[in-house]
Amino acid sequence: MSSVDAVDPDRPDAVDHDTVPPARTGLLVLAGVLLALPVIALMWVSSYSRDEPRLGAFPFFIWYQFLWVFLTSALTYTAYRIVLVARPHRPMDDLDAPTEEQA
Amino acid sequence: MSNVNGVALVVLVVLFALVTGMGFWASRWRRPTSMESLDEWGLGGRSFGTWITWFLLGGDLYTAYTFIAVPAAMWAAGSVSGFFAVPYTIVLYPIIFVFMGRMWSVSHRHGYVTTADFVQGRFGSRGLSLAVAVTGFLATMPYIALQLVGIQAVLEVVGLGGGDSVLAKDLPLFIAFALLAAYTYSGGLRAPAVIAFVKDTLIYLVIIVAIIYLPTKFGGWTHIFDAAQTKMAVLNPTDRKPTGVFIPGVPQYWAYATLGLGSALALFMYPHSITASLSASTRNTVRRNAAILPAYSFVLGLLALLGWVAIAAGTKPIGADGKPNAQLVIPQLFEDAFPSWFAGVAFAAIAIGALVPAAIMSIAAANTFTRNIYKEWLKPDATVEQEAKVSKLASLVVKLFALVFVLLLDKQNAINFQLLGGIWILQTFPAIVLGLYTRWMHRWALLAGWAVGMAYGTWQAWNVANPRAGINHFGGSLANMPVIGQLGYIAMTAFVINLVVAVVLTFVLRAANAPDGHDETIRGDYFADSGDPRVEKVQQPLHQEAPSV
Repeated sequence: MSSVDAVDPDRPDAVDHDTVPPARTGLLVLAGVLLALPVIALMWVSSYSRDEPRLGAFPFFIWYQFLWVFLTSALTYTAYRIVLVARPHRPMDDLDAPTEEQA
Repeated sequence: MSNVNGVALVVLVVLFALVTGMGFWASRWRRPTSMESLDEWGLGGRSFGTWITWFLLGGDLYTAYTFIAVPAAMWAAGSVSGFFAVPYTIVLYPIIFVFMGRMWSVSHRHGYVTTADFVQGRFGSRGLSLAVAVTGFLATMPYIALQLVGIQAVLEVVGLGGGDSVLAKDLPLFIAFALLAAYTYSGGLRAPAVIAFVKDTLIYLVIIVAIIYLPTKFGGWTHIFDAAQTKMAVLNPTDRKPTGVFIPGVPQYWAYATLGLGSALALFMYPHSITASLSASTRNTVRRNAAILPAYSFVLGLLALLGWVAIAAGTKPIGADGKPNAQLVIPQLFEDAFPSWFAGVAFAAIAIGALVPAAIMSIAAANTFTRNIYKEWLKPDATVEQEAKVSKLASLVVKLFALVFVLLLDKQNAINFQLLGGIWILQTFPAIVLGLYTRWMHRWALLAGWAVGMAYGTWQAWNVANPRAGINHFGGSLANMPVIGQLGYIAMTAFVINLVVAVVLTFVLRAANAPDGHDETIRGDYFADSGDPRVEKVQQPLHQEAPSV
């Protein structure tokens, strides 16, 4: 990391932005598990490279992977909601005064 | 094939004219105060919300070539070569969800436009940054050329492009690309963002109609899967092996899994994916998109199945030169099975589908050239206006190069380079993605790992022969994996070797106290969101950007 000291000497209680914003680790791990599930499930090819049971005319191999499209979408959205809670945004407004045009 | 399908051609031309008009109108859409910076021209002002980003990323990632090549692979060789696109585009989204937030934040804070910008800022290594930039540029070029191959496939089936004179044969393609170049030049990333709405709507419409209507016409799904299974089991006369794979067996597990995972890891290393992601207005736009983009994966899966529908339909894809060409199977299926006017809509969907990615890819390649080669190595004091100007010109040159590539060289060259591009681009993953999390990896170790991965991947791909196609080199993307001893995606093998080299050398270099480069980022940069101040790096005022909140 940069060794530049982000703490403003004039404002000692300002946040040091060369740190990771605080987060609830348990929730981040949970989100990580939800995101890992589709990857593990689909890389484990032997678990689904079968013809039976068919859904209608569709081989298991086909419909199972289509099913994971929806499961992944749901899991990713859940993970999204979780990380929003797990690590709330820490504003950086108190840092780097020269960019007031953005403020 | 010599007969021009008049109705389909008229529909195609009308829809094409419509998007051309939209493309030119785009420079006035959400009009910026100034188009004279890379932020505006090359990233649409970093202002796109969830839905525009969804259309833009969808239009960008699911290219015309994909729409042609995936069903063609299903038709010719079955599920390992074709259906892997489904797990690929599913696992893609959890993966980008994890790191794209960080990528967006640090790029937003420091004004990075390309991955090489980030690598330069993070590792302070011009060499590593140049390696990432050149890899991205080289991998993108053939990808643009392949979009032209997609348009060509459609034109060939409509009946154009069969003439004897070179000029008449390629004139339609030439006109299409000249128009594309003109509105990309004026509208920048706004042009493909506007056209993506039309492209995606047409694609969804065509595929949903096709997937409902065609099976009833060709004997139902049971018959379709039976026909596919029968075809894949037939022994090929050249090598006495089955034609293809219906459902992967034990020897294909590794191939199927590594093709999916390797392609997913690689896709967001391409400059055009990063460009579309960085144009999002907030850190969470891309993450929200990770949950809704799989809708395209579903459509891609349906499209892949159309390759098997074509088997049951007995589609005979014969090119203008009279030789069989698997790439024509989907346009040919549409022409045979649909009324002319709807075939025209379907062809327009594919042709317009080529324009969106071609535009974004040329913008991304141009950004990379401007920022990481022109400004970094040739003219370090270039102003923001000069950067935008060079980028606009570079986007024209890139497209011209792609056109020459397709017109003068054999199509197979473009496909070979695209294959290589996928292998190469994955070798930039350690520097970019691991760099988002840690600086532990040493810059020289990352560079060495990249070099070894590039060399190994290129050498392995060169060695792949395909006796059925009569090709001795670049015959496919699978090769024997060392240690595991099964067929696997070459890019993944090269990637693992790359990582091992980078980690081992990092230990060595750390032990030898090799100097680190300067890191201009701080930890908080990786979590910044819109509204947070941007780091001012350039002397002159950046540009008059609308407030980003």
